[in-house]
Amino acid sequence: MKRSLFGRIWPNATAVVLFVGFVFPVYWMFATAFKPTGDIITENPVWFPTHFTFGHFDKAVHADHFWTLVANSVTVTLCSVLLSLVIALFAAFALARMRFKGRRGFIVTFMLAQMAPWEVMIIAIYMIVRDSDMLDSLVPLTVFYAMMVLPLTVLTLRGYIAAVPKELEESAMVDGCTRLQAFRKVIFPLLAPGLMATSLFGFITAWNEFPLVLILNKDIEKQTLPLWLSQFQTAFGDDWGATMAASSLFALPILILFIFLQRKAVSGLTDGAVKG
Amino acid sequence: MSVQTEGTDTAGGPAVREGRAPAPPRGADRASRSPAGRPAAAPYLLLLPALLATLVLLGWPLVKNGMLSFQNLNPRQLIQHLTEWNGFHNYQQVLTGPDFWKVVERSVLFTAANVVLIMLFGTLIGLLLARLGKKMRLTLLVGLVLAWAMPVIAATTVYQWLFAQRFGVVNWVLDKLGWHSMADYNWMGSQFSTFSVIVLLIVWQSIPFVAINLYAATTTIPKELYEAASLDGAGAWQSFTFVTLPFLRPFLYSTTFLEVIWVFKAFPQVFAMNEGGPDRLTETLPIYAYVEGVGNQHFGVGAAISFLTILVLLVITSYYLRMVLKQEEDEL
Repeated sequence: MKRSLFGRIWPNATAVVLFVGFVFPVYWMFATAFKPTGDIITENPVWFPTHFTFGHFDKAVHADHFWTLVANSVTVTLCSVLLSLVIALFAAFALARMRFKGRRGFIVTFMLAQMAPWEVMIIAIYMIVRDSDMLDSLVPLTVFYAMMVLPLTVLTLRGYIAAVPKELEESAMVDGCTRLQAFRKVIFPLLAPGLMATSLFGFITAWNEFPLVLILNKDIEKQTLPLWLSQFQTAFGDDWGATMAASSLFALPILILFIFLQRKAVSGLTDGAVKG
Repeated sequence: MSVQTEGTDTAGGPAVREGRAPAPPRGADRASRSPAGRPAAAPYLLLLPALLATLVLLGWPLVKNGMLSFQNLNPRQLIQHLTEWNGFHNYQQVLTGPDFWKVVERSVLFTAANVVLIMLFGTLIGLLLARLGKKMRLTLLVGLVLAWAMPVIAATTVYQWLFAQRFGVVNWVLDKLGWHSMADYNWMGSQFSTFSVIVLLIVWQSIPFVAINLYAATTTIPKELYEAASLDGAGAWQSFTFVTLPFLRPFLYSTTFLEVIWVFKAFPQVFAMNEGGPDRLTETLPIYAYVEGVGNQHFGVGAAISFLTILVLLVITSYYLRMVLKQEEDEL
């Protein structure tokens, strides 16, 4: 099919404009974080910085409680993701490989649970956590974050387990493996990409969660990074350099994880487990 | 020890290499009367932790929320751990109050504006991706993924900086484009401008999901269909409406519902941007419940608002769920 010059140019031109539009906020965050204050507070924006400084990062990292909050965020995120993966693995295996009464009902339950409006349940959760004397603790955060990602983890893992050919498992069992061994030695290694892709979602959810920590943990020592970041600008006046440095530090792990894991998860799947 | 499963059931059957296990038509009772009398409890035991967690961590808060909404729960009752039931008083107060319906209307309009923009531009960009050359497509995909992966609170902070009154880059551009009154414009100063920034933020973050998935969906359309259409003399527009669109319709429906649910309960973007200000004019339902319940310490009233919000979401969700179930009838 022949296309006119205009017909060939406009899609590319639009794509360039869109690319700039989508990338600019991310670019501007990093650019501002590295610019000397003189290039930030200026009547004419410096689009392409030529002078760089780590001063803003220095300030963000040395802000009160920064490392405590990093430790809190990392702990809560890792623990909740692990917890939900373990619980989900059992459930997903049953849903993918076994036939039993009520299976469909369970799947629907998880589909419904996946859409739970956590944002409007925070008052009830606050009362429950307070009545169990667990305010200002990382435990309820971990447990509830794990629950937030559990339904989707179950449903996606179920897909990944179903995608592992049954014959692999069966031949392992013919060769004398028990069901458990077959799972551990055959299915589990093949699930690795699926586990990674699934945990990516958990990481993002737990790392970003805001409303629950806002209401539960008033003690700064027990808060997490999103809360800190949302109050950073107020705490530091209009120090946009430091604010953007803080944002960059917060966003970087997720950006890296996203790009790295997305590719890995996809390639792992397409490589395929059974080649001949 | 092994358990009766679908796997061993079909062990003698031909080796089909398929993504999903094809389920032969049979009743669930056949599975439970397993030949060797093996425990039919295994799947339930495996499901137990997940179900227990769901019951305690999701079910109980929902029930608790319902109970709280029938209580008079202000700072005094909270501190002294008193339980004072007051029937439907909270609901009466909320539903007859001056604010609630205004907030509902605002939330609905807010959701509609966001979803329309997300779906419209998401679809257009998805179709554009399908049309681009390989290099350009990869470039745009990278841009989309970056916006998608950006953590919500970080993105909100960046938008605050982009739209900052002093030295914000948006005001500078608008000024240079000739709109000089925008040079020192305070975006957080009015309801409409604050909402504009929030909508832009949410749309920017949500488009990648729609666009990338829609592009992925277009790649599954068999090429022969287009060939057949063009043999039958269909133009570009006709092959779009008769081939592309019918293929994408189920995807578009389900994505629209998901976006409605996501946007309706969006909390961090709206709250972190301006805390529902100015003058509480940008409070959507979740923020309203939080400010009334926690901010003003009327926990019972807040719970009633939450419950009403959940009710609205449940109506939307049930419709969506029915659709999904119909689609996946065979798969489940």
